[in-house]
Amino acid sequence: MSSTDNGSDLQGLEAELLAGIAGAGDLAAIEQVRIAVLGKKGRVAELMQTLGKLPPEERKAFGQSVNELKGRVSEALEARKSTLEGEALAKRLESERADVTLPVRLGPVAEGRIHPVSQVYDECVEIFADMGFAVAEGPDIESDDLNFTKLNIPPEHPARQEHDTFYFQTKADGSRMLLRTHTSPVQIRTMMSQKPPIRVIAPGRVYRCDSDQTHTPMFHQIEGLVIDETTHMGHLKWVLEEFCKAFFEVDEVKMRFRASHFPFTEPSMEVDVGAEAIGKPGQWLEILGCGMVHPNVIRNCGLDPEKYQGFAFGVGLDRLAMLKYGLTDLRAFFSGDLRWLRHYGFSVLDVPTLSGGLSG
Amino acid sequence: MKFTLSWLKDHLDTDASIEALEEKLSAIGLEVESVEDPAKKLGAFRVARIVEAKRHPNADKLQIVMVETEKGKPPLEVVCGAPNARTGLVGVFAPLGTYIPGSDITLEKKPVRGVISNGMMCSAAELELSDESAGIIELPEDMAARVGEAYIDAAGLNDPVFEVKLTPNRPDCTGVRGIARDLAAAGMGKLKPEPKIEGVEGSFDSPVDVKLEFSKDTANACPVFAARYVRGVKNGPSPAWLQQRLKAVGLRPINALVDVTNYISQDRGRPLHVYDADKLKGAVRARLGKAGEKFLALDGKEYAVDETMCVIADDSGPLGLGGVIGGEESGSTDATVNVLIESAYFDPVRTAQTGRKTGLVTDARYRFERGIDPASELPGLDLATEMILKLCGGEPSKAKVAGKQPDDKRVIDFDYARVAKLSGIDIKDAEIKTILEALGCTIAGKGKAAKVTVPTWRPDIHGAADLVEEVVRIAGLDRIPLTPLERPEGVARPVLTDRQKRARRARRTLAARGLVEAVTWSFLPEGEAKAFGGGDKALELANPISVEMTFMRPGLLPGLLTALKRNQNRGFGDAALFELGQAYRGEKPEDQYNSATGVRAGSAKASGSGRHWDGAAKSVDVFDAKADVLAVLASLGFDPSKAQVTRDAPEWYHPGRSGTLRLGPKTVLAYFGELHPAALKALDVEGTVAAFEIFLDALPPQKAKSRAKPRLEANDLMPVRRDFAFVLDKGVAAGDVVRAAAGVDKVLIREVSVFDVFEGGALEKEGKKSLGIEVTLQPTAETLTDKDIEAVSAKIAAAVKSATGGEIRS
Repeated sequence: MSSTDNGSDLQGLEAELLAGIAGAGDLAAIEQVRIAVLGKKGRVAELMQTLGKLPPEERKAFGQSVNELKGRVSEALEARKSTLEGEALAKRLESERADVTLPVRLGPVAEGRIHPVSQVYDECVEIFADMGFAVAEGPDIESDDLNFTKLNIPPEHPARQEHDTFYFQTKADGSRMLLRTHTSPVQIRTMMSQKPPIRVIAPGRVYRCDSDQTHTPMFHQIEGLVIDETTHMGHLKWVLEEFCKAFFEVDEVKMRFRASHFPFTEPSMEVDVGAEAIGKPGQWLEILGCGMVHPNVIRNCGLDPEKYQGFAFGVGLDRLAMLKYGLTDLRAFFSGDLRWLRHYGFSVLDVPTLSGGLSG
Repeated sequence: MKFTLSWLKDHLDTDASIEALEEKLSAIGLEVESVEDPAKKLGAFRVARIVEAKRHPNADKLQIVMVETEKGKPPLEVVCGAPNARTGLVGVFAPLGTYIPGSDITLEKKPVRGVISNGMMCSAAELELSDESAGIIELPEDMAARVGEAYIDAAGLNDPVFEVKLTPNRPDCTGVRGIARDLAAAGMGKLKPEPKIEGVEGSFDSPVDVKLEFSKDTANACPVFAARYVRGVKNGPSPAWLQQRLKAVGLRPINALVDVTNYISQDRGRPLHVYDADKLKGAVRARLGKAGEKFLALDGKEYAVDETMCVIADDSGPLGLGGVIGGEESGSTDATVNVLIESAYFDPVRTAQTGRKTGLVTDARYRFERGIDPASELPGLDLATEMILKLCGGEPSKAKVAGKQPDDKRVIDFDYARVAKLSGIDIKDAEIKTILEALGCTIAGKGKAAKVTVPTWRPDIHGAADLVEEVVRIAGLDRIPLTPLERPEGVARPVLTDRQKRARRARRTLAARGLVEAVTWSFLPEGEAKAFGGGDKALELANPISVEMTFMRPGLLPGLLTALKRNQNRGFGDAALFELGQAYRGEKPEDQYNSATGVRAGSAKASGSGRHWDGAAKSVDVFDAKADVLAVLASLGFDPSKAQVTRDAPEWYHPGRSGTLRLGPKTVLAYFGELHPAALKALDVEGTVAAFEIFLDALPPQKAKSRAKPRLEANDLMPVRRDFAFVLDKGVAAGDVVRAAAGVDKVLIREVSVFDVFEGGALEKEGKKSLGIEVTLQPTAETLTDKDIEAVSAKIAAAVKSATGGEIRS
């Protein structure tokens, strides 16, 4: 056997093996080919066994040729295997195809809702906190004294009469508790328990015997109170204007202040906001009442009205929600109707912030 | 309070436009509710005359009328359906393009049954002047001379009507003159001087005496009662101008005598009353009512009086309620010849009480309950006498006055600087003085020590702040400069308390678990209060708005269940609702507590609800509620493993499928579970409902701690997990097994979880169950050997057995 013979044999063998590899149709076949070629008893091993029979001077070259052949065949095997694996995987994946048009569950975060009153409450707190107002709270069931008398509302005032106020049963001592008709008792409690300077807002449920499309026997108010030695009506106007701009998220807001009368403030004003703020130019929206805290109220809380002064204001939280978010029926706020709550409610992730904008 | 522009101009010399007046009135606190300007509404309508009426060729009920609409112009052809349309009729014509308020249409040129109508002859209803729609308006024939003129001018209707909403502190503005005074002060014109009244004080004594019959304590009910007798009057309809004014402000003309009193009431805010003196028996007296008395009032109804009401009476009994309403029998009629005019002062508080008790809302009450000018009884009486003499003739007596004017003189020490201090307006002393004087104040002294005497017609002004209000509202609220509130330096500080932050976080945690936030009423029906631990009489409203809203809620569940029921009824059974709010254990402030409460019904689980191709959601159960509770507590920074779960809950929970989360024996953090079928039935709720009540105030306050988080203790050694299956008595709590296992080695055992509960087959019959737990061991120093693991396993088995009697399942 000459080396040339060996060479042509090897060439023929390589061609044969490569053809076998190319013909292997699947991974099992290629494995068989691998065993047949590279296995312990495979063709390459057979060739190597012939090595010993060659003359020593040819061994090196032949060995090198076989090794090279082995390398090329191995490479072809790997390549074919990889191709077949790819095809097999593709086939499997094709068989695993899902109908991606099937609907999925969005999960609880998408399902849950925050009530508009809570959302607007959070928005207001965010704004007033920035102006240094803390949040004060108080009970719903109040005494006549805190709800009326201390607020300079005399016993004969119409607001105290049955048609406005919910009362509890008269007690043995003749007194009777009531449901607060405004959150002003919280202002009283604050002034009685804190030394000025005072800056608080008092949000919460309030109650009046009234029921129609725009009145419900229970609704929400947010009141503000500032007491110190210098705060005047100019500050009040500024705070309200800043609040309205921030709340309605507009750069400019038209405001109209009208003289009015409340027993607990003097001077008193009613405030209208230009409805441009909610995209309805040309109209005025009556939104809140306010004024300088009446000297009698300051005195009733144990403070000296000659020294201390300040302002108070009150606005309906539900009304703010209605104006900003286009809700129409107040009664629906309290009906627990899922259709309404899902539609008008807010996502849990809609957390109002000043940096991100109150409504995101 | 209504008035017309011409009426206002009786008192105010002004050429201000309607719009300017409207704006100013609202700005100074006299809120304009409406302005009806006839020129705007009816300005297009003309006086016109039908020169010829003939039949419509195509319709039996229609006529074609030729209408003269302008002098010297050819008549227009108009189709008319009114039965009274006829040749020669002078009426009201609307040209094409006119808006017809009564029928809400704008006239267009189009054929009516084939004939073009060039306008319309109108009925009173079409002009909204009355309900009369049967025929077209017929004007007096002499109006033919005014054909072509605007109808409102020819008919004297061109007088805008203002309606202002008065705040309760402004009795002076219940009269047109008071409004004029405010406008004059605010620069809208000049207040005309009061005309002098002369020749009303007669020479003879009134044959009818007037008396006040009160005790000392009740004398303030009617401190002064003035009257004058006018004999020989001729009553009848009042003149057209007077009737027109009354009608314009919504008052019904009655007869001249009554119209005079109504006119003065409206003009001066000074109510009066007239009696037919011949119907009076003995002296007229003001006194308190007596039980059992009653009288027939002017509204035709009979009213019973009581001891709290001030009545006007004669020998026969009560004639009317002082300050509220007069009596029918003693009133004037067209036949009245001798009249007694009453001008008195009735106490505002008592008047308001009487008004509420009787439900009477009258123009007199509107004024007296605000507190009329106590100095007006004689001027009012004189004014009425003068008008009556003018309109009805007769001869007046001397005035008779019982009692005297209540002394209400108020002098206020006033520092002008107070205006700037309270309002922020930079305003000169001179302007302050001018404004106060224009409002009727008299001022002595100046600067820091002015003494301001308040006019009698302003019972609302008591102190310096009230004077500031007067100055500020008249000077103009727009002059108040926007002044930034001083803010603390630097970045705004957080303001919420821990409690407030918790409420916020709890709310968003629950919403993040798929629950929808509701806000339900604070009050509920008695039955629901009682079924959920409430119903205490102290929490019952004395005047509920309905039986559905009688008791303060003891908790939030009934309201949510009611909402649930309504949603079920609408076909939304898979509902998950929560509310965060207050409930009441008693009437004291500390009895009010805050709760986060939720309900899940149908298959409304946190993971989703309803049928789904990937597997339908199962029915909600106790564990959904428990998961909600623990999620909230965890989100509030509370380690739920610190709390104990006990197998009890209030009666509205399913006794076997509910629990309580406690912190020590006394503090209840939450209840959770499926609700008792009986409780659900009481509210008509269907199916299983999982519910929870978390008591936010019961959570211990968060300790102040460092914001830095503790160092992470992560061990590189692999944790080892071992499963144990125990056979236990059915009643054994899984929690006890877990606690026993975990307690074996608090360092090594990192976690114990329950991976299987099996209660069935052969075990069931023996009253047993099988519980599988997985124990995770975390080696700290070196890898555990089999020996170590066996040792711990044996201890776990022993501990569980000793705690629960459970045996390792073989």
